[in-house]
Amino acid sequence: MNKTSLENLTRGLFKENPTFVMLLGMCPTLGVSTSAANGLGMGLATAFVLLLSNMGISLVKNIIPDIIRIPSFIVIIASFVTVIEMLMQAYLPQLYAALGIYIPLIVVNCIILGRAEAFASKNNIWQSFLDALGMGLGFTMALTILGSIREILGNGSLFGRSFISEDTPTMLLFIMPPGAFLALAGIIIVVNKLRGVK
Amino acid sequence: MAKKRQSFWQPLIVLVGIAVVSAFMLAYVEQITEVPIKKAKDAQELAAIAEVVNAFDNNPFAEKMIITTANRKHKLTMYPARKDGVLNSVAIKAYTNTGFGGRIELMAGFNVDGSIRNFKITSSNETPGLGSKVDEPKFKEQFHGFYPERQILKVRQDGGDVDAVTAATISSRAVLKALDRAYDAFRTFKSGDSHE
Repeated sequence: MNKTSLENLTRGLFKENPTFVMLLGMCPTLGVSTSAANGLGMGLATAFVLLLSNMGISLVKNIIPDIIRIPSFIVIIASFVTVIEMLMQAYLPQLYAALGIYIPLIVVNCIILGRAEAFASKNNIWQSFLDALGMGLGFTMALTILGSIREILGNGSLFGRSFISEDTPTMLLFIMPPGAFLALAGIIIVVNKLRGVK
Repeated sequence: MAKKRQSFWQPLIVLVGIAVVSAFMLAYVEQITEVPIKKAKDAQELAAIAEVVNAFDNNPFAEKMIITTANRKHKLTMYPARKDGVLNSVAIKAYTNTGFGGRIELMAGFNVDGSIRNFKITSSNETPGLGSKVDEPKFKEQFHGFYPERQILKVRQDGGDVDAVTAATISSRAVLKALDRAYDAFRTFKSGDSHE
């Protein structure tokens, strides 16, 4: 693998992590990260759509005239999302029940349209695949970390396995919406420190 | 510039083409997932029924019936559970829109003597870690063998016999409301049953 390919792959993981650095796709990030399992599931579903849409768009980019770029991308992305939704409903009903409304919302997740517009419409299919893989995994990693922190602090468990007794009080705030903002802010502080941002 | 003077038809044809291809792809996936989706839904429902009724050897699905509650307001679905042909308990699917996060759907199980056996929340949007605890054993255990006939199906704050989940009184009340509705349907069923 040459240098550009490697860079395209790893860019989404750290340097341009869609959640912690670019702050894209905040709605599903804050909404479903109530537990580590939900975060992981949502991340993987989004990553899967991102892979399909990036490759699909890279494949047809030359036949799409500039003026209908955005509507074409949205139609392609929405189709893939609907496919995932139906497959998930059929074969992973538990995860479907947990993610619910956030699955159709992947359509308007700006990470996906953003990568289609900024990367897939200008690069070949292999590079688009690597970019989607990196960005998708970066998003999955971010949601899983955020979900884990919220679940540990708010519920005293990780991936559904409780490690405190039932009556121990937990910081419920972290499971509720305000906790999502607090936890995300805390992580971003650490990330910015590591990146050396002043 | 040649690129600026694009024809009117080209973008139109491309967009329609993309839409048609997408439509065919969706139609195909819908076709192959239709049966598995129905199966998955039925399996979830049957799992909920099995959790709230006594051991059975019939097919509660096949024998389901629609029951109108005593006040004629609600139509609920009931699934009878039989062992060796004898009715031993029923599951009733009930709902309420008064949960903290809106609609709560649950499957309530009743023994034939009129006591609650168990219930299972099948769909809800209650706050995780707070309202969602109404589906945990600690709250549910107090209903095992609860007689709505003699005991009061209300939380203690409202003068009833049920301990609400701490910090989730609204969710607890909503569950009781749905249970009450289910019990209403159960009574209708029982009074109709005795005529047979």
